[in-house]
Amino acid sequence: MRELVDTRTVLIGGEAGQGLVTVGQLLSQALVRAGWRICVTQTYHSRVRGGHNTWAIRFGAGEIGAPAETIDLLVALDQESIALHRGELAAGALLIADEGLDPQGTAGLRVPFAKLAAARQANVAALGVAGTLLGLLEELLAAGVEEMFGKKAPDAAAENRRALAEACRWTAEAGASFALPERPAAGGASRAMVNGNEALALGALSAGLRFYAFYPMTPSTSVSLTVAAHAAALGVVAEQAEDEIAAVNMAIGASFAGAPAMVATSGGGFALMVEGVSLAAMTETPLVVVVAQRPGPATGLPTRTEQADLEFVLHAGHGEFPRALLAPGNPEECFLLARKALFLAEMSQGPIFILTDQFLADSYRAVEPFEVRALPAVRAGHEGDVAAPYRRYAFVEGGVSPRLLPGRTQHLVVADSDEHTEDGHITEDLAVRDRMVAKRLAKLDVLRWEVLPPRLEGAAEGALLLVAWGSAGAAAAEAAAELRARGVAAATLHFTQLWPLDPQQFLATLRAAGRVIFVEGNATGQFERLVRRETGFEATGHVRRCDGLPITPAYVLRALAAQGMA
Amino acid sequence: MVTIADYGKYETAWCPGCGNFGILGAMKAALAAAGLAPHQVLFVSGIGQAAKAPHYLNANVFNGLHGRALPAATGAKLANPALKVIVESGDGCTYGEGGNHFLAAVRRNIGLTVVVHDNQVYGLTKGQASPTSDAGFVTKAQPEGVHAEPFNPVETAVALKANFVARGFAGMPEHLAALIGQALAAPGFALVDVLQPCVSFNKINTYAWYRQRVRELPAGHDPTDWTAALAAAARWGDEIPVGVIWRGSRPAYEEHVPALAAGPLVGREMDRERLAAIIEHLR
Ligand SMILES: Cc1ncc(C[n+]2csc(CCOP(=O)(O)OP(=O)(O)O)c2C)c(N)n1
Ligand code: SF4
Repeated sequence: MRELVDTRTVLIGGEAGQGLVTVGQLLSQALVRAGWRICVTQTYHSRVRGGHNTWAIRFGAGEIGAPAETIDLLVALDQESIALHRGELAAGALLIADEGLDPQGTAGLRVPFAKLAAARQANVAALGVAGTLLGLLEELLAAGVEEMFGKKAPDAAAENRRALAEACRWTAEAGASFALPERPAAGGASRAMVNGNEALALGALSAGLRFYAFYPMTPSTSVSLTVAAHAAALGVVAEQAEDEIAAVNMAIGASFAGAPAMVATSGGGFALMVEGVSLAAMTETPLVVVVAQRPGPATGLPTRTEQADLEFVLHAGHGEFPRALLAPGNPEECFLLARKALFLAEMSQGPIFILTDQFLADSYRAVEPFEVRALPAVRAGHEGDVAAPYRRYAFVEGGVSPRLLPGRTQHLVVADSDEHTEDGHITEDLAVRDRMVAKRLAKLDVLRWEVLPPRLEGAAEGALLLVAWGSAGAAAAEAAAELRARGVAAATLHFTQLWPLDPQQFLATLRAAGRVIFVEGNATGQFERLVRRETGFEATGHVRRCDGLPITPAYVLRALAAQGMA
Repeated sequence: MVTIADYGKYETAWCPGCGNFGILGAMKAALAAAGLAPHQVLFVSGIGQAAKAPHYLNANVFNGLHGRALPAATGAKLANPALKVIVESGDGCTYGEGGNHFLAAVRRNIGLTVVVHDNQVYGLTKGQASPTSDAGFVTKAQPEGVHAEPFNPVETAVALKANFVARGFAGMPEHLAALIGQALAAPGFALVDVLQPCVSFNKINTYAWYRQRVRELPAGHDPTDWTAALAAAARWGDEIPVGVIWRGSRPAYEEHVPALAAGPLVGREMDRERLAAIIEHLR
């Protein structure tokens, strides 16, 4: 069961273009290399320069899956960061800001950045100051700076290292101190730093992904960039399509021809892909679709987070066909569920979905490096002998017909988006239609055998049970841990698979609980409603968030208190 | 040896006398002449009367969505460049619903042979205007006549430097078979736009109308002269040239994709050591 972790939060605030992401990445990486666990939350505006952006790192010795709402160390790269975040500072918090900025009464270090570094390296100087305060060794910080700049621009690397050294020396002399949380045990320093989207891409690649098509859309883009970065080395085609309609149809074409395929997008792009989802179902072509959620409708809040596309994805596509929806809650699950999605797509010969969201997509964590050497990969298509004449849609027990690949045998493979005969040709024979519908729906059993059970943390009997899915799970679990620490019987039930559901896995738990509260990042309680539809179970209440920010443990606790629940 | 008979004979859902029959015959003849066996060929089509053509011969077939044949074919070609991928669909499908994909596929110069049944009308939905309908064309959906400027696919493909651009006529099947044969042999994107009489819904652009206007390109036409090709492509009206209008020499898209240097994606094993090294790098 989850313990409360002693954590601190560093928030770096500034305008886009000030090098804030660089400081954030380097500082996060150094913390991970020093053995800490992290949970990064990024906020940014839908613009390339200016605006107010933040990179918040919550760190501690144990696992952390949700952001905190207070700041212990505020690294303000501009005046606005002080004005906006002054009110969020925890007791004893420190401010790091240029001596030219007005600290507005906050305690901290007023740093003569102009003396320490040229304006271009001010962000690396800030890294030096913050890193030193956090007890990170200069060598550790310098290694990160070298890796980031060294290869591309040796001159810039040297200048940055000088700025870093100056800043570290200045901070040590300034004599400020920062109270670190409980230290991590030895041995954590070998962890890797990944965010949800990177983990998802790596999971898919490890499962044998061969073809990936995309049209850029925040917050799915980093899945695309991760696949594209490694495509040449791993023998994968990553194609930027002319639009999402092309992307999904390309993936289906590639998959039909034998390349395990995936697309990633966000709500608006997925809206365009929906006809393709039906095509994958009708042609029985394996396809993995990643939907990185952001607030809608339409273009919504392009860079914020939400969990409001569950019902859309669950029902996307015309006609009736089987599908599965997976919803990872952290990067490890992103890796594992991306793998599972590729296998399920091949096993069920149809569309499988992964729902992630901006918070998780952009949230860096320290993870045990994924061990991929021994992991199996998907094999596309059927390899044994098949009866001649070959029939792509042969009526077989369970509905999963042998899938041959075009051009790989002497057999001809015929697939059709129209209703079709067993051999793939267009038909308007309504008796055949009836049997084909049944054959396609029978494949739901393949998915039902594999349903991931929700994870229960704590004892549900008579307790306050928080039910959450996807990235909200960690906030709910931490809120429950906090409640337990206060003497309230509380537990969490976290779903990483949203469809199909197997009520046998969780209905008894819901019934045994004293009160059941659904915690989700949308305004209407989509998962709560889905569970009610499937089981008839009525929740006691809910905590919902739709202002574009991730659900935090404090948000859950406040909402429970407001409802008199805890 | 591959023969026309290998490509079979099927009953069709087309109207008697339709120009589609001429194209189907020419296609089979071209495939046999090219020595391509049915299992080496993948037909990808969209939706429409023309898009049913691949069902009427022996080959691998992916009959996808209206307008989306080109992206599906692009994916299949990238997955397995060893396949001879032929896209066959109508003018509404390829230039209307699929207009953006057409532009993108030409620009990519992906190695597809694209044969468009251009009947200047929507057949399957019973006679609405298509992007290639001439101005003034009256239909039930356009009772005042088409106002939009017709799309000239041949001119567009030449302008964007598709590797091979030809115009054929369903009423000249031998000539058409030769054009398709050359398109099959060309690397990169090859377009054969085929004038195809729709005897049910296009009472203007009939066999007789086309016969009066269609002229083989003069022997002196140099398909590698881009300016001359553009001029020939633009010609429409009293005289409509057919033949190979333009030949480019850009390398096919799939030759530029690093992952394909080691052969088709299909059937390849994942390189776990390389992936492990990538993950190692995240520490
Ligand atoms: C998304 C979508 N929109 C509309 C249709 C209906 N539809 C089917 S065929 C067709 C037009 C076909 O015209 P064309 O491509 O010129 O082929 P033809 O039938 O003339 O051979 C349309 C609009 C469809 N199937 N899908
Ligand atoms: S509707 Fe026109 S194009 Fe379609 S089969 Fe009949 S004649 Fe041919």
